[in-house]
Amino acid sequence: MRTVAVVGASLAGLSAARSLRAQGYDGRLVVIGEEFHRPYDRPPLSKEFLAGTLGEADLGLETDDEDLGAEWLLGARAVGLDARDRAVRLADGRELRADGVVIATGAAARTLPGSAGLAGVHTLRTLDDARALRDELARGGRLVVIGGGFIGAEVASTARALGLDVTVVEAAPTPLAGPLGETMGALVSALHADHGVRLLCGVGVKGLGGEKRVDAVLLEDGRTVPADIVVVGVGARPCVEWLAGSGVDLDNGVKCGADGRTSLAGVVAVGDCANWYDPRAGLHRRVEHWTGARERPGAAVTTLLAGGAVEPGVPRPPYFWSDQYGIKIQFAGHAAGADSVTIEEGAAEDRNVLAVYRRSGRPVAVLGMNQPRLFTRLRKQLAA
Amino acid sequence: MIPACRLADLPRGEAFRLDIDPPVSVFHTDDGEVFAIDDTCTHQDASLADGWLEGCEVECPLHASKFDLRTGAVDAPPAKLPVRTHEVVLEDGMIYVRVSTDAPNLPPCVASRLAGGPA
Repeated sequence: MRTVAVVGASLAGLSAARSLRAQGYDGRLVVIGEEFHRPYDRPPLSKEFLAGTLGEADLGLETDDEDLGAEWLLGARAVGLDARDRAVRLADGRELRADGVVIATGAAARTLPGSAGLAGVHTLRTLDDARALRDELARGGRLVVIGGGFIGAEVASTARALGLDVTVVEAAPTPLAGPLGETMGALVSALHADHGVRLLCGVGVKGLGGEKRVDAVLLEDGRTVPADIVVVGVGARPCVEWLAGSGVDLDNGVKCGADGRTSLAGVVAVGDCANWYDPRAGLHRRVEHWTGARERPGAAVTTLLAGGAVEPGVPRPPYFWSDQYGIKIQFAGHAAGADSVTIEEGAAEDRNVLAVYRRSGRPVAVLGMNQPRLFTRLRKQLAA
Repeated sequence: MIPACRLADLPRGEAFRLDIDPPVSVFHTDDGEVFAIDDTCTHQDASLADGWLEGCEVECPLHASKFDLRTGAVDAPPAKLPVRTHEVVLEDGMIYVRVSTDAPNLPPCVASRLAGGPA
């Protein structure tokens, strides 16, 4: 293998490039990134960076003395993959032929239909998004967050601490019920009311009010919520349109084996765009977690360098964290499929709990609120 | 040298947090080695003694940065700076730590707090 192209220059792409070098690949390495920025860390974008306590230099993922010996094509968008000679086509017409391709193009924030061109309406995915939102939040006013998921909740928390008047609108009856289940989703979402943020649940958004600039969020039940700033946090879609017609199987992102292989030889996929097979569950799961983007490229690169002849290890249970209103929320495993959830340490009213999810008596997931020590112990046991 | 704890009281796979300023963690690995490093992750305020110890590596309990206990080097992001390592002395079953005189790499929020600024 003489040329490897890593398409995507965020955490998954950088981790793949690092894994290639760490696993002995010494050929040409080209990293292609749509954004102009060097790889940076996204989790602080909704928290410390938005709050102004972390600067852009703090977000960089590379260390000062790091040199992967890679060619970086930044500000270069991949628009196609030719399966025959594994050529990656770029938007500017360039074409890069490679012996191996790592697809790490991530996901993009979903938007609200009809919100394009309306000032004051934001999504939050990239550094540029975060800069724009940070500048607007600094002016204060009324913020309405559409979507009570983790991004929405973190933005609400940060904006509240900055002194804004904040409302969160969630279409489902309970926010976070998908990742955390009903009971714990309700408990974590109660943090909003604790800190003076209004939470409106079970109501969809009909549209946005305002001519050039947003001035309200219109709800399906007829209510109108006045707004100076709106953040749309309604999830992300995998960035795989560029692979249409390439022969790479697509199904909720890039359909992958348990080792990151795709339907094309010499092509693997990692990170938010990759829908890996989970051998424990017997199904494919597209996991949009930071830890997956860091850990999985190692296995995918092993697959790529070995030509696909590897036995994949059993991955660690997925882990993610969220910081809201000064509380450290941590979750590992899969809440779906649990038949019970019990608080084993702390108390719900103190917002300080360790909760274990079980199926047929066996732990399948764990949630911590300000319980990092016990949480890590249980997370380790889940992996055993 | 600062006494930490008795080796017999620190099972393999466990860590002991020494409450000095800044705090230091003593790790007893599954292979029976003992290492001491700064307890505070260099990325953000988290106690590495609460982390996931595997081999000669500890993973931060919050954001999953990994550090090599032998050298303090970063093995996985988001941390970018190494943790300080300290010399461990075992005497009569007691673990002592000889604290490094190097400057620690504390995360921005902790460093400003220690300097008397806002947390």
